[in-house]
Amino acid sequence: MTDVDRRTFLEVTGVGLAYATVVTALPAAASPAPPATKTTVQLTVNGKMRTITVEDRTTLLDALRNQIGLTGTKKGCDRGECGACTVHIDGRRILSCMTLAVMRAGSSITTIEGIARGAVLHPVQKAFVDHDGFQCGFCTSGQIMSSVALLKEARAGWPSAATENVSAPFSYDQLSAAEIRERLSGNLCRCACYPNIVDAVAVAAREG
Amino acid sequence: MHPFTLSTAKDLDAAAAALARDSGVMLIAGGTDLMGLMKDHVVEPAHLLDINHLPGLNLIEPTSDGGLRIGALTRMSDVAMDMGVRQQAPMISEALLFSASTQLRNMASMGGNLMQRTRCAYFRDVDGTPCNKRSPGSGCSARHGINRNHAIFGWSDACVATHPSDVAVALSALDCVVRVHSRQGVRAIPIGDFYRLPGTTPDKDNILGRGDIIIGLEIPFRREAGRSHYLKVRDRRSYEFALVSVAAGLDLDGRTIRSARLAMGGVAHKPWRLTAAEQALAGVDLDDTARLREAIAHSFTDARPLEQNVFKAELAQRAVFRALQTVGERA
Repeated sequence: MTDVDRRTFLEVTGVGLAYATVVTALPAAASPAPPATKTTVQLTVNGKMRTITVEDRTTLLDALRNQIGLTGTKKGCDRGECGACTVHIDGRRILSCMTLAVMRAGSSITTIEGIARGAVLHPVQKAFVDHDGFQCGFCTSGQIMSSVALLKEARAGWPSAATENVSAPFSYDQLSAAEIRERLSGNLCRCACYPNIVDAVAVAAREG
Repeated sequence: MHPFTLSTAKDLDAAAAALARDSGVMLIAGGTDLMGLMKDHVVEPAHLLDINHLPGLNLIEPTSDGGLRIGALTRMSDVAMDMGVRQQAPMISEALLFSASTQLRNMASMGGNLMQRTRCAYFRDVDGTPCNKRSPGSGCSARHGINRNHAIFGWSDACVATHPSDVAVALSALDCVVRVHSRQGVRAIPIGDFYRLPGTTPDKDNILGRGDIIIGLEIPFRREAGRSHYLKVRDRRSYEFALVSVAAGLDLDGRTIRSARLAMGGVAHKPWRLTAAEQALAGVDLDDTARLREAIAHSFTDARPLEQNVFKAELAQRAVFRALQTVGERA
């Protein structure tokens, strides 16, 4: 027993749990699912062309993680509520769990793996490290992808729900801590690292 | 999710024909509501028709009467940040900015926003709880269940759900028109006629039939739109649906209200226009708080709160009052 490592333990108990779930949840008359249709699509991911064959129901998130092997993008709630799966499509931040890979054929996708310049971290990544903008790290790639987009949006003059007067142009120097909190509210952090995340983004905003 | 097939719609007529022919077909644009409904097995379409590539439906442009035309595929973000919208009708920009998160607003289309389904927890819970909206005839679990977030106006014993859209509330205050394509042609439907009350058929949120496709919105020019505000009250400060919300617009003569436009969210099965209050507010001085409160109360004589949302009738009136004061401060 002493030699059972964590991974083996998880695998064994995981199988046990899965079996128990199947037995208790088996419907009286399970109807066979129709065969899933597969489609081949081309996506540009972090500047590299990828050709993948996915079921029509495959989310972009699952395609990135399971087909392309980029597991930096995380699956939190898988319901569009937590923001962990945030990536950029054609320059805009979106939730990869709420869109289908087949609908994104031909688009250009940036994930957390694509924002550093070689070994040099993106300024937002560096700010998160410098300000302890994470604890467990599960939400971090989503937080960073959101923050990178947030700075771009603020520069482009997008207002937010924290903006006093939406009728006036928004200028980048209005990007207060309250503005950053509002603009990041779609990214939840279960460790509640919010103060450090806001600090990190505020510093990246000043230095970027 | 259940297995389904997906194809790209070639043109509006083909999409309308496919919809009318087969009840297993659904349209997908941003997908931000539909994907969640499919993941929760609330809806299980056999085929999705991707309408994102239909031409001419992604636009914001002025109309000849000084209003605005917005295409159905225009994303919430693009409308919220548009300078014309922000200046001509700030309540629309604010209502959008108070909705969801930037990621979701970058995805969600304006047409899809109008079509989103209720956030009643029973509707989205398929583990055998009755819901007449999801499964007609099965009963309403919220009528005497957990109904804190539910309607205080216009509900029926069959359904007490509210409509979740924010921007639909602002569009209702401004008497926006929904343009709908079908094989018979294009119809212009006033938004007040677009949504419906639950009655005995709460499975229908609106009057659209199979084969109808929203192609755009027309926001007529309104003086009240230029001086307007959207106030949203919720359990947390951001990224949450409304407990109650108010879209308020005023046309002023000095500090005197010439005319008011008021609609509320979070209180009914559809955006709820406060017509009686609007009429009573005409001629009232913005600084006469007693008369403001009295005028607002005209629209609450028919409020029927449920067991858990008695607070909403009071909260809603205070929210309207505060929204009017905010508009007054902007004057």
